Amino acid sequence: MIRVVLPAPLRTLADVHGEVQLSVDGPVTIRSLLDELEERYPVLRGTIRDQVSLRRRPFVRFFACEEDLSHDPPDRTLPDAVTLGAEPLVVLGAMAGG
Amino acid sequence: MTGVRVLVGTRKGAFVLTADGTRSDWQVVGPYFGGWEIYHVKGSPVEPGRIYASQSTGWFGQLIQRSDDGGHSWTPVGNGFQYAGETGTHQWYDGTPHPWEFARVWHLEPSLTDVDTVYAGVEDAALFRSVDGGEHWEELPGLRCHGSGADWQPGAGGMCLHTIVLDPRGEDRMFVAISAAGVFRTDDGGRSWKPTNRGLHSEQIPDPDAEVGHCVHRIAMHPSRPDVLFMQKHWDVMRSDDGGDSWYEISGNLPSDFGFPIVVNANEPDTVFVVPITSDAEHYPPEAKLRVYRSRSGGVDWEPLTAGLPQSNCYVNVLRDAMAVDSLDPCGLYFGTTGGQLYASADGGDHWSAIVRDLPAVLSVEVQVLP
Repeated sequence: MIRVVLPAPLRTLADVHGEVQLSVDGPVTIRSLLDELEERYPVLRGTIRDQVSLRRRPFVRFFACEEDLSHDPPDRTLPDAVTLGAEPLVVLGAMAGG
Repeated sequence: MTGVRVLVGTRKGAFVLTADGTRSDWQVVGPYFGGWEIYHVKGSPVEPGRIYASQSTGWFGQLIQRSDDGGHSWTPVGNGFQYAGETGTHQWYDGTPHPWEFARVWHLEPSLTDVDTVYAGVEDAALFRSVDGGEHWEELPGLRCHGSGADWQPGAGGMCLHTIVLDPRGEDRMFVAISAAGVFRTDDGGRSWKPTNRGLHSEQIPDPDAEVGHCVHRIAMHPSRPDVLFMQKHWDVMRSDDGGDSWYEISGNLPSDFGFPIVVNANEPDTVFVVPITSDAEHYPPEAKLRVYRSRSGGVDWEPLTAGLPQSNCYVNVLRDAMAVDSLDPCGLYFGTTGGQLYASADGGDHWSAIVRDLPAVLSVEVQVLP
């Protein structure tokens, strides 16, 4: 299973505790993972990426294996450690005050 | 009547305040949606248990929450705010064309007659409608596309549609206000719109008497007299007696005619309230005295209401959606400040007290009288 860590506000919104575990058919990419995440938790639609353009929201970041994947093309295959479940994909809100 | 419910939106969550008809002993419950900006919370006049809330942050975007039990529990509903057709551009702060981009919902206006119909005013300015309790939203594009949209510019808070006023005689007629474009009216349920800004004068724009471009902060109507409208503009307090076709100034003896909210006493259609603010740069009360001003004559002659309000060292602001009236007699008034105080008066503004003092900055205040 693929592990996803959501930021606290989205865990509350989706009513999940701890990591989310997802199964993806086909290549595991940011796009396919978010497709599956939003299918499982429809309330998250629009919170991580725009509902129409599917662009990542500006203050959302994707980290995995100590790398910032936020600017990678959404169809690039994620690292093996993520696809095999050894490491989670971390979705987080960028550091900003307010 | 079983009580009064005040719905408060703040920078960091929503709060629900309840009291019996004496409006003296309040219970404060919240925050709901802690950490999120709640631009507006408003209940349906048809079914008071039905409440809509606009929940957003710069990080995670826009959600709409709905309660069917008076705010005890909430369910996220639709958040698909998609502009209809080609969106085109409006003017940016520097006058260059800027594509229309959805940012957030500023204001939710439930229908006066149908519990499942609700209107949403959004940034960048447009009007949306849902007829299924917020599950799905459709733009009423006749407003954005009526012809002047390409010339609209944002105010300091963004280019927002922040005010929606429904005519109690029928929702074919609606008014909306946009910063900084002005007031627009539809007489056919939102299909077509026209600017209704004649008489407004704004020195801050190239043509002070232009048809559009005015920074209208808020408009208010008494339901018994729907052709009379009151307006707090960026500067100037204004009145229309002909459904917005023309406006004239009623600032009179106010210490400053800059401000944000304006409301009408529920029992006296000529009794109007504003909260003067020093200037567009100094968003705090003149002389650091928090004063609500009341006119009993429909404007021009204003009296300060100060009992129970801080009269020294006060530097808060009261935002456009952060003042409301109830429908009891005497009329109750409520307003929230950027300092987190929620002030209430149960006697038409003569005396005030703080229901709660240390909320996050208050963005919106609405009130319901419960059957």
